[in-house]
Amino acid sequence: MSFHPAMDYGRGRHQSARALPEEGSAFVYTAENREKLEAICARYPADRRKSAILAALYLAQAQQGYLTRNAMRHVADAIGCTPADVEDVVTYYTMFYTRPVGRYVLTVCRTLSCALMGAERVTQELAEALGVKPGETDATGTFTLHEVECLGACDRAPVVGVNDHWHECQRPEDVRGLLDGLRAAGPSVLTGCHLKVAGEGQ
Amino acid sequence: MDPLLTRHVREPNSFTLDFYTQHGGYAAIRKALAMTPDAVVETVKASGLRGRGGAGFPTGMKWQFVDKKSAKPRYICCNADESEPGTFKDHVLMERNPHLLFEGCLIGCYAIGAKVAYIYIRGEFYHVQEVLERELEKARAAGLIGTNIFGSGFDCEIYVHRGAGAYEAGEETALIESLEGKRAQPRLKPPFPAVEGLYGCPTAVNNVETLCNVPLILEHGAEWFAKLGPEKNGGPKLYCLSGHVKRPGVYEASMSTTMRELVYDPRFGGGIRDDRALKCVIPGGSSVPVLLPDQLDIAASFDGVAAAGSLLGSAGIIVMDETTCMVWAAENLLHFYRHESCGKCTPCREGGAWLHNILCKIERGEGQMKDLDLLLSVAGNIAGKTLCAFGDAGATPVLTTVKTFRAEYEAHIREGRCTVPAPWRVAARAHAGAH
Repeated sequence: MSFHPAMDYGRGRHQSARALPEEGSAFVYTAENREKLEAICARYPADRRKSAILAALYLAQAQQGYLTRNAMRHVADAIGCTPADVEDVVTYYTMFYTRPVGRYVLTVCRTLSCALMGAERVTQELAEALGVKPGETDATGTFTLHEVECLGACDRAPVVGVNDHWHECQRPEDVRGLLDGLRAAGPSVLTGCHLKVAGEGQ
Repeated sequence: MDPLLTRHVREPNSFTLDFYTQHGGYAAIRKALAMTPDAVVETVKASGLRGRGGAGFPTGMKWQFVDKKSAKPRYICCNADESEPGTFKDHVLMERNPHLLFEGCLIGCYAIGAKVAYIYIRGEFYHVQEVLERELEKARAAGLIGTNIFGSGFDCEIYVHRGAGAYEAGEETALIESLEGKRAQPRLKPPFPAVEGLYGCPTAVNNVETLCNVPLILEHGAEWFAKLGPEKNGGPKLYCLSGHVKRPGVYEASMSTTMRELVYDPRFGGGIRDDRALKCVIPGGSSVPVLLPDQLDIAASFDGVAAAGSLLGSAGIIVMDETTCMVWAAENLLHFYRHESCGKCTPCREGGAWLHNILCKIERGEGQMKDLDLLLSVAGNIAGKTLCAFGDAGATPVLTTVKTFRAEYEAHIREGRCTVPAPWRVAARAHAGAH
């Protein structure tokens, strides 16, 4: 963090020497992901590669499913910052996982607009159907259930995020159908975003 | 007023470059390039455009404050973090009319002398980011973004930067920190971003909707824009209606429209679902004081809502009917503020959790009358005592509900239970408080 933009936090005497112990299997980006990362780094000034740290973590997470300390160490190498810098960021943002998650991560919006439309009951039904509490993964490793804060789709409440997709207007009585649909047919059963107009191409 | 920003958004392929140029797109940047940068700033100033992110600060002044004497590069950061509860307007603009945003970014960059604009989009908007990246690529291939745009010698790049789940990243200095690859935590101000922003360089941080208004101003003129609404509240405005209205959604209207029209008029919200009685409205995202049913005959403008004792904020209008328990609503929002506090300032980090704990205790039926004064005391010790407006934002739901619905809090405490149980809630939800 910085209290003043001119103070050089993260450099020189402000740099943390905290080391991250090894955890998980060895991690190295695939050639394709490394290439993607370098393309993103090029969007920032050459001495500001750290700006790409979120993108670097998304790539590592996509490659491995979650972020181990070994992955964080590799990201630090690739970005050119300390492992402490990476850990600092990973532990702050909610979209990074430091434990394995299921194939589908269900994120039920719990904030006011969705709550007014029954989001509490959606979470309750999902938890019962999966036999888990929010924050846990079901026994088959297929679903992880999370309650999250406002997803910005309040007019289509309650909204449930499924990995990078949206599922809108989820009624509590229909959650078992959603789970069965995902098991059988994958993300094609999701509503997606209602703003897409029928019949349009890419 | 006919929609201007969202006129075509329901039409097929409205997001494409072809569609946008067929409807007169990228004419405003040509016009701007024929003017001096200072003249562009003056035009935006004369239009009276006020920032659509929440604070309503005049955009032209923000641009004028950008330090032009500095030898460092300058930047525009477009705030597309859209994470204020009840707000979902920028989403529509980015997904259905992205080239309008790009054109606004280009004009902004030209005006302040920047060569790069970063669009900081929240991580949860992945499908929106895909649209932006794809359309940016098309605009780049068509020579609308890049070097020597329209042969004017003006170079400008626009990049999308994906966040990763943090409400605080919507605060302008926290957004800059996040863009620099750090935790999204606010900076001490001054210096303001206009002097030392991204990478310590002069920076303007503008909301998506704000930048989308800029091409309209260049195209039709400052006076035309100012006359679209009441004095000092000109231009079109997007309103987000959610909660217990019949027709939730994004609506574009003039700021002379009243709050009552927005909630009840069939063109907008269409009234309360199941024709129940209205309990209250939060007019500007989660962090502003509530308006009661008899306070809705006001212009839904920055100044109109402020005169009624609340704020237009991000124009996220959350409507609650008579089945809503206000202790529960406050608890729901304080859960949000407790979870999203960045942790930098003690009053907000600790105070938000204390407030939430006390609200949970009252919700569980274990409250005492003295807890009400304690709530007001803790909230009063957060507001105004933090680096950014987040502290005030978190204190507001408590202050406004205790003040306006004190009898409801007292009934909870007296009877040891929720006195407004709603069928859409989970009755036995354990408000344990601790996380």
